[in-house]
Amino acid sequence: MTITEAVQQRILVLDGAMGTMIQDYKFKEEDYRGERFANYPHSLKGNNDLLVLTQPEAIDAIHLAYLEAGADIVETNTFNTNSISMEDYHMSDLVVELNVAAVESARRAIQQYRKNGGTDSKYIAGSVGPTNKTASLSPDVNNPGFRAVSFDDLRACYFQQCEALVGAGVDALLIETVFDTLNAKAALFAAQDAIEASGREVAIMLSGTITDASGRTLSGQTTEAFLISVGHAPLLSIGLNCALGAKQLMPYLQTLDARAPFAVSAHPNAGLPNAFGEYDETADQMAAQIKEYLDLNLINIIGGCCGTSPAHIAAIAALAKNYKPRTYVA
Amino acid sequence: MSLNLADRPMRLSGLEPLVITPDTNFVNVGERTNVTGSKKFLRLIKERNFDEALDVARDQVEGGAQIIDINMDEGMIDGVEAMTTFLNLIAAEPDIARVPIMIDSSKWEIIEAGLKCVQGKCVVNSISLKGGEEEFTAQARTIKRYGAAVIIMAFDEDGQADTFERRIEICERSYKILTERLQFPAEDIIFDPNIFPVATGMEEHRKNALDFFHATKWIKENLPYAKISGGVSNVSFSFRGNNAVREAMHASFLYHAIKHGMDMGIVNPTMLEVYAEVDKELMVHIEDVLLDRREDATERLLEFSQTVAGTVKDEAKVLEWRNEPVAKRLEHALIKGITEFIDEDVEEARQAFAKPLHVIEGPLMDGMNVVGDLFGEGKMFLPQVVKSARVMKKAVAYLMPYLEDEKEVGTSSSAGKVLLATVKGDVHDIGKNIVGVVMACNNFEIIDLGVMVPPEKILAAAQEHQVDIIGLSGLITPSLDEMIHIAKEMKRLGMTQPLLIGGATTSRAHTAVKIDPEYDGPVLHVVDASRAVGVCSKLLSELGKDYAATEKEGLAKVREGYAKHREKKALVPLAYAQEHKPKLVFDATTVPTPKFIGTKLLRSIPIAEVVPYIDWTPFFQTWQLFGKFPRILEDEVVGEQAKSVFADAQKMLRTLQKEQWLTLNAAYGIFPAQSRGEEIILGENGALGSFYSLRQTGEKSKFQALSDFVAPEGTVQDYVGGFAVTAGLDIEKTLAKFESAHDDYSSLMLKALADRLAEGLAEYVHLKIRREIWGYAPEEQLTNDQLIAEKYRGIRPAPGYPACPDHLDKTTLFDLLDAPSIGMSLTESLAMYPASSVSGYYFAHPDSKYFAVGKLAKDQIASYAALRGIDVATAEKWLAPNLNY
Repeated sequence: MTITEAVQQRILVLDGAMGTMIQDYKFKEEDYRGERFANYPHSLKGNNDLLVLTQPEAIDAIHLAYLEAGADIVETNTFNTNSISMEDYHMSDLVVELNVAAVESARRAIQQYRKNGGTDSKYIAGSVGPTNKTASLSPDVNNPGFRAVSFDDLRACYFQQCEALVGAGVDALLIETVFDTLNAKAALFAAQDAIEASGREVAIMLSGTITDASGRTLSGQTTEAFLISVGHAPLLSIGLNCALGAKQLMPYLQTLDARAPFAVSAHPNAGLPNAFGEYDETADQMAAQIKEYLDLNLINIIGGCCGTSPAHIAAIAALAKNYKPRTYVA
Repeated sequence: MSLNLADRPMRLSGLEPLVITPDTNFVNVGERTNVTGSKKFLRLIKERNFDEALDVARDQVEGGAQIIDINMDEGMIDGVEAMTTFLNLIAAEPDIARVPIMIDSSKWEIIEAGLKCVQGKCVVNSISLKGGEEEFTAQARTIKRYGAAVIIMAFDEDGQADTFERRIEICERSYKILTERLQFPAEDIIFDPNIFPVATGMEEHRKNALDFFHATKWIKENLPYAKISGGVSNVSFSFRGNNAVREAMHASFLYHAIKHGMDMGIVNPTMLEVYAEVDKELMVHIEDVLLDRREDATERLLEFSQTVAGTVKDEAKVLEWRNEPVAKRLEHALIKGITEFIDEDVEEARQAFAKPLHVIEGPLMDGMNVVGDLFGEGKMFLPQVVKSARVMKKAVAYLMPYLEDEKEVGTSSSAGKVLLATVKGDVHDIGKNIVGVVMACNNFEIIDLGVMVPPEKILAAAQEHQVDIIGLSGLITPSLDEMIHIAKEMKRLGMTQPLLIGGATTSRAHTAVKIDPEYDGPVLHVVDASRAVGVCSKLLSELGKDYAATEKEGLAKVREGYAKHREKKALVPLAYAQEHKPKLVFDATTVPTPKFIGTKLLRSIPIAEVVPYIDWTPFFQTWQLFGKFPRILEDEVVGEQAKSVFADAQKMLRTLQKEQWLTLNAAYGIFPAQSRGEEIILGENGALGSFYSLRQTGEKSKFQALSDFVAPEGTVQDYVGGFAVTAGLDIEKTLAKFESAHDDYSSLMLKALADRLAEGLAEYVHLKIRREIWGYAPEEQLTNDQLIAEKYRGIRPAPGYPACPDHLDKTTLFDLLDAPSIGMSLTESLAMYPASSVSGYYFAHPDSKYFAVGKLAKDQIASYAALRGIDVATAEKWLAPNLNY
């Protein structure tokens, strides 16, 4: 069954946070480097996406933990694996290799899940992050017309990543944490090009980020304006993730539910960060919030973002099992 | 054919959605940001006067345009560059960018350049079959991938459609190619069936309007979901110079076109008369022309038009806000981000104020504060704030020459150098940029290192530029660790500059607990951009050192408060802590014999005696106004509000004394005491019972317990004191009165004052204890500030606070002091009643200091429970927040 078919039949569960899980390993500079990059001339600590090469067992294990917790879709560890973000670590040359390795890690985890006796259908979504540059906002307040990155740069950057992910066999591309819709439009452009060029059937999932209580994206759009701006693409799903907890996300999900001709997804944070930047919401607390989504039939795909763990996903998956997916007219 | 057109409305977006359904009225497209249609706009673009060009766009949106058409097709302009620049600038103007954009060009490369700049779903204006099917389909396919709607001109390989038949033929052919071959969404197709001038005197133009109406009707009936648009002003081209006729003709044309199905159009709203208000006779003549009702319609209209006064309506709409007083105008300009009048308004303000600096500190900062508040309330969002800051900057720039002339101000050209950086690993910099702009407006020299700045670079730049202040910003969690790292590095390098911390994940608590301890210089958490100027100005003022010191003390207190919640350090065994406890000297000087031993009750203490001992800073915190008294009254941000609330407090203080709303009572006692481990034995051989203290066991703590401040058994005779004071008696009567009057403000004010009076009373009684009753400091002469800073000898810790986190001793204390006889009692959870009450112990040893017990391990809980004679579970219950397990 393809992911497109599966989403018609049940609520699909997306996995939880990768970053906070990696933090638990407390990797040091030398762990990030591994043997291969032992003499790399730049600091690599914090380059979580590099770990698919230098600490693949850890990434495999995190994927497996989510699969066993009940995630139907695992996201590759490629949120920043694009040439623009990788410039920070002087590793833009490795983008293709890293994306391929990340898909392989997810696939190994699924194989292990099967060896352990698991029988459910599992899907790999290639995570495509926003990059660290914005096409609609100027980084220089005195020069509001300036742009640090152009649409064409972004399109080329996204194409490279999407081509690698699609080539490595992902079931879907998940363009996520969209804080600037123009970046997302470049990503959608590139994703469609890459999928068409491959001749494969790969679903496109899109997830935006509402920054705060203003109900807008960082680039200033309301949820509905965001939906309209990306509605031209052949999406499997549209949703919201990050920045807010499940509770705060609710009104914006209702906007999507009322208007989106696609599946609706949500992967909220485990609440809002506390004074120390940590996420406190427990699995049960988060599940209680998500139960409200399900009671209102808002959701087709549900998972977790920052601060969520396999325990959160397990609680969400256990809950989602009892509900029918949101119905919608494509 | 029955189609539900409402199923597939046209959806466009800027920052906000525009959904066009069959019920939507005519959609008005602004036309003045078009170099081919507006001489003014052309001149502005040629002169690269983008500020005013943006004002043109803004005027249109304010004037009701729901979409704005932008056209840069002019031979002398680099259209790709101009389109890109202007659209990028519009993206920074939320009050313009909220509407969808119409990218208008006859050149494909300009259209595509525009598509690359617009995040919303825009409209391409236009493509056509003019260059053949191949080009048409390629362009349409690309537009679809960019996610835009498209206007299709009724134009093909043979030229522009100028009859009804040609119009519908070309539109139908285009529609089929788009919907059948490209699966272009039909609701994203808009036809422009060509609006041509009428009354030109040429026979073939007579049916220009009528053919347009008929073609519109046909398209709406035969090409489902498609929309109709057109440039309305074309129709009146022959009447240039006679705006009255043109406006009336536009109104009439629109009236008929809309009836036939026109959905949207390019209309200058200031060139449009209300249909119902057009002179009846003129209307007849116009409609004769438009509908081709008479052979001589054109001549008759031309003749009649001579009699219509060519009154030129002022294009600029009446700007009502311009009639407000200058301070209001500045505020409006700041909130709306309007720069057009800023120079003249600032000039007017400059003449009204004694010094140019007062314009900045007065109306301009006031305006920025409104912006800050609206932002805080979620009523403005970031781009608007950035824009406001730009207006501010222009205002300050105007004042700069005057500021420089004012030699007596004595300021150099810069108020100080501030380095700003978003730390490594973090890309978020909008807040930091706002801080930068607002500070630059206030004459600070800003060295902005941008985002993702590695610590080495920050430290090197700080040295190189000899900056006065370093500001770090971060939005994501790991940035917090970066900030800690930088603080450590600054200490290692022996730096002394103040370190400012800001950004969404940062907090005062985190700054206090994790960052401040790593750096010896000042560390300040700055809540938002509006506070940054105040903080930096104070830091760099003559009193900067004092300010920094009190802020640092403030953080230390925060830290203390958090210690009990957050301390997770490894603990040593209780036995080890006991062995390594501090050994104080107990002799005649450190253990003074009290002048009074026993207990005493004081009733109805005059409020006037207590008022001087009030610590006002927490009073303002109650009102969510943060800052140290009395400086808070002058604070740029909350000063006004603080002054106002302070004035109300003074007024109520007078009334409550006069009308005796509150009764202030106190009980105190001094008792013989000796320590035995953590126990403080009271009275002869424990005749009065015991207090039980807890010992620090944190690895890095001093292993202190309150009992350490009392001489051990078998050494010298020592004493401890206790007190219980209240200012909350009888408060209910007055509160009830306020509540029945729905006066929440006064109610809250009275509670806040009662709290302050209780604390002030505790201070007042303690002073009497030191100077007279215990009498060990008869000469003490401290100011209230020094009292607040606890500069005196001895301490008065309270049960339930960090030095003695369990509340159980309150029971002992209340019994000893007979507190119930002055109206005080304890609830079952050992909260004091009335609420505005304070109780605690007195220790007189000169080395007694406040500390936090911190986390407790099982061994101490067991020992404590045994000592107190309660079971472990009960001890755990009372000490729950401190348990380390």
